[in-house]
This record gives sequence, structure tokens and C-alpha cells, in this order.
Amino acid sequence: MLRYVVSRLGLSVVMALLATLVIFLIANTVPGDPVLAQLGDVAASNKEFVAAWRAKYGLDLPLWERYFVFLKGLVHGDLGISIASQRPVLDDIEQFAPATLELASVGFLLALVVGIPLGIIAAVRRDSWIDHLARLVSLVGVSSPTFWLAFIMLALFYGGLQVAPGPGRLDPIAFPPPTVTGLYLVDTALAGDWAAFRDALAHLILPSLVLAAATLGLLTRTTRASMLESMQQDYVRMARAKGLSEWRVILGHVLPNALIPVVTLGGLAYANLLTGAVMTETVFSWPGLGRYTFTSAAALDFPAIMGITLIVAVTYLVINLLIDISYALMDPRVVR
Amino acid sequence: MTATAARPALAAASVPLPASRRRRWLRRYGLASLGAAIILAWILVALLAPLILPYLPDTVEVTKRLQPPEAAHWLGTDALGRDDLTRLLYGARISLSTGFIVVVVGAVFGTLLGGIAAYARGAVEELIMRATDLVLCFPPIILALAIAAALGIGTTNTIIAMLVVWWPKFARLARSLVLVQRSHEYVEAATVVGLTPARILLRHIIPNAIGPLVVLVTLDVGNAIITFAGLSFLGLGVVPPTPEWGSMVAEGRELVEQWWVAAFPGLAILTIVLGFNFLGDGIRDWLDPKARRR
Repeated sequence: MLRYVVSRLGLSVVMALLATLVIFLIANTVPGDPVLAQLGDVAASNKEFVAAWRAKYGLDLPLWERYFVFLKGLVHGDLGISIASQRPVLDDIEQFAPATLELASVGFLLALVVGIPLGIIAAVRRDSWIDHLARLVSLVGVSSPTFWLAFIMLALFYGGLQVAPGPGRLDPIAFPPPTVTGLYLVDTALAGDWAAFRDALAHLILPSLVLAAATLGLLTRTTRASMLESMQQDYVRMARAKGLSEWRVILGHVLPNALIPVVTLGGLAYANLLTGAVMTETVFSWPGLGRYTFTSAAALDFPAIMGITLIVAVTYLVINLLIDISYALMDPRVVR
Repeated sequence: MTATAARPALAAASVPLPASRRRRWLRRYGLASLGAAIILAWILVALLAPLILPYLPDTVEVTKRLQPPEAAHWLGTDALGRDDLTRLLYGARISLSTGFIVVVVGAVFGTLLGGIAAYARGAVEELIMRATDLVLCFPPIILALAIAAALGIGTTNTIIAMLVVWWPKFARLARSLVLVQRSHEYVEAATVVGLTPARILLRHIIPNAIGPLVVLVTLDVGNAIITFAGLSFLGLGVVPPTPEWGSMVAEGRELVEQWWVAAFPGLAILTIVLGFNFLGDGIRDWLDPKARRR
């Protein structure tokens, strides 16, 4: 087991290093000249000034040397300076990450709480109306463009029916709670400010629903397929033959085994929620990493885009590592 | 593939069926047929757009800004007074063609690389598969976004950016499929006869392994359409004033009162992606009897 974990960990580190190389190559071999992008026309026409500027940012060094400079910066937690905000990219990311973490976690919870039971019922009552409904819900969930779904929800529940609060994490005139974790639900609760807690929760509902839609579809489908598969196993027939009640059989024997692929998919889905909030956050003016990604891309703020891509790739790798390890714990055959 | 799919469909069309058999046919092929019908309808509409529409997609009529849906403009007009229905139907051309291009080119590249990896084994396989893993360790939308931003805005650049992230899943699947085929006797026979490895791979192994790849391709056109629309929505896809669904939603994003500007293009994406998912789901059921819904 330990050997398996260590080898998976080693592989992840190698992949992370290679990921930095990919990021570096994209950032440094693009057709656009950073000089023109960052200096004005007048400054760019002055040759001496350009040379000095290139030297200042190390752009006159050969590519491989620049890569080592880049790596050295990374080791010291330096992802460069965002052109748009003029702050270190890492500071920006630290500021925006909690909002995304909160949104993605609530969305994931929603998808789990609805998707898994729906998948179980669909499998147990196979070909009934609820199975067909589950199939439709999951297909529509997977097929809806997130950015559009976000718009529709806002237009309908905020603009039209006026039952939901507007974009943002809190009422525009409310003060954010004192920052402890950056998660408003936790921070308002810690401060004992229950009105603000309710406000934060109300603002979370629509965006997390939107974010959960696709994941919910995937979870429902995977749970259903996996349940159907394990319902045909011999130990299930055995459990039935023993005379256990149908729900005992389903929940006690079928479900635990059926959940293994769901865990893998769930982990990946969570990673996707953390990183895939770009559209949702943009439409809901949610001040998280997703919206930061969007504003950086729109402004062609290269250091910021590269910083986010790297952070996100590392998050992905870590979650994948955790999935593999939990997989090995649940199913010892994996380790061999 | 198409031949086996067409046979039961033909039988169903020519012989009047008892109700129970018709129901079974519907259950088995209904969703996939519906999907295929939706896709065909969109393709037809995209092709015929200039013939069936009285407007052009970039005719600006300032006096007719943001008109709600009415007889002259079925889906209303946008902030520049352009007819939304016209832009929507012309937009189908961009979405469909980019979706197909990304998936087909990505699938060909991925299949070839995966096939070569599985057939060559050794260092070549290691190199190709590690490159695959490397691309897969980035979330696709973020990596595509970074590359598209680096290359600059434009349809071609966005397609290139998507292709960079698109091939690995095909490479993985193709590798596993070719590995299975490789152990079959017909490959041994072909080798003994003296065929070149390239010929064996292209003419013998890949045609035998193509079934699951076709499913992935079908399912994937929908994904590609959503992703391209998403990148356009973020401002990286098409250059305005090209009519494209994602950028149309972006243009209407702030217009909650004038909901039609953003609502219809998004609905168009939803229907076409649903079409591909219905079809892909149906094909998977035929190919995989274990998953078949009785």
C-alpha cells in the first residue's frame, strides 16, 4: 500500500513539473510579442527602452535559462505580477479562491444529494417513469450550456419572479463578514451574524444549482449504470435468497459496491466544479477564480492566465492522486 | 455500422407492426432517431439559411433595436437591430462546422497516435501515452482558454486551441482498442504475409476497432459545440460581427429585460447538443448489449 502511494505521489510530482514546462512554453512561444502588448506604441518604437525593458524581465535570456528563472520563482511562490491588477498573481488567487471553494462545494453537495438517490431509484425502478425522468434530467443537465443556464436562472428567478437575490455573494449594501476563512457561510456563522448567513446562503442557491446541473446528470447516470451492474452479481442473489428485504439488499449489498466508480467520477467532478466555474461565476458576478480567469483572458493578462492554469493543473493532480489512493483503499485489488 | 443500424429501421418502416413491437422499437431506437432527426433538421436549416430568411445576419437597423419577438422578427432583434432568427440560423453553420472539425480532426490525430502507441509498444508508446496524460492533467476548458488567449481571438485559433486538448481521449481509447485487436490471429496472419506495419494498422486493425470510437465521436460533437460556444461566450471564439451562438448569449447577457437576445441562442445550443447526446446514447445501447435498456 505504502509503495503504491509513494509511486503515485512521485508520478504526480513529475507530471506537475511537466505541467510547468507546458505552461512556460505556451507563455513564451506565443506569436504575440509581450513587448507590444505591455508597452505603448511610443515606448515600443524606442529601441533602447525596449532592450532595457526586455533585460528587466529577463526576456533577453535564452529560452531554457528563462525556464529555470521561472521555476525558481515558482519555488518561492512567485507566479509573476498580474498586468491587470498590478498585484502578484498568487495574492489575487488567494483572494479569489475561497469564493470558488464555497460555490463549488455547495454545488457538489447538491449534485450528490440529488444525483445519487436519483440514480439509485432509477436503477431499482428500472424502466418506470422515474427512470425515464432521471434519464431526461441527466441528459438535459449534461447538454445545457452553463453560461446560458446561468442567464436563464437569473432572468427567471431574479429578473422575472424576483424570488432570488441578484448576482454577487451578498446584498450590494451589506458588509462582508470579518475574514477568517473567506468562506462567507463559515465566516458569518463564526461572527454569529445570522442575517448575513441567510443572505450569503440565498446568494449561493442559484449559482450552485447552475454549477451542479451537469455534475448531477453525470452522477445520476453513473450511479444508475453501476447499480444495475452490481445488482446482477451472485452475492446479491445470495442476499435475496437469504430472505433479506429488498431495501436491505439494495442499500446494504448493492450500493456499497456500486459506489466505487461513483467515487472516482465524483472526485473528478469536484475537480471540474472547482475549475469549471468560469461561466457560472462570470454570469453571477461571483468574485472567484472563475471570474478572475475570465477577466484575465478578456484582458489577455498573461501572467494571470498562466498562474491560474498552473494552480488548476496542480489541484487536478492532487485530486486525482486522492482518488487513486481512496480507490486503492476501497478495492485492494488495485494495488496488487 | 450504418448497414446494421439501417436494417431494423427499414423493417420497421415497411411492415406494419403490432403495437407491442412498435413500442419495443420506439424504446430501443426512439431516442436515437429523435437525436438524429434534431441534428438533421439543424444541418438542413444551416444549409438553407440564405433561402428561407428575408434578412442578412449583419444588416443593422438602428430604429428596430431590441424589438421583442413579433411577426416581422420571430425571435426579436438584438441591440444593433439585427434579426435574431437570422443570426441564429447562420450561427448554426459556425457551431456545427467547428464542432465537426474539432472532433473529426481530433479523433483522427488521437486514433493514429493511440494506434501507433499500441502497435509499436516500448519507448514510442511510453512517449505518446505520457504526453496524453500530460494534456489530460489540465482541465480542458482552462487549457483551451490559455492557448486561445495566447494565439489570439479568431475561429481558426480557437479550433487549434481546442484540438490541442481534444486528441488525448481518442488516443487513450484507440490505444486500448488496438491492444485488444493486436492479439488476434488476423494481425499475425497479415504480418506473416508481409504487410507493412502502417498498412496493418490502417487497413486491418483500426477498421476492426472503430465501433467504440464512433460512439465517442458522436457524443463528442455535442461537447465540442458547447466548448466552442463557451470560449466564444468568454470572448475568445469568433470575431464580431460573425453570428455565433456563444457570443450571441454574451451580447444578451446583461439584457435581463430583453431576455430573447440571450435565451434563444442558448436554447439552440441545448437542442443540438441534446440531439447528439440522444444519438450517442442510442448508439451505445446498440453496441453494448449489456447496457441495453430492455
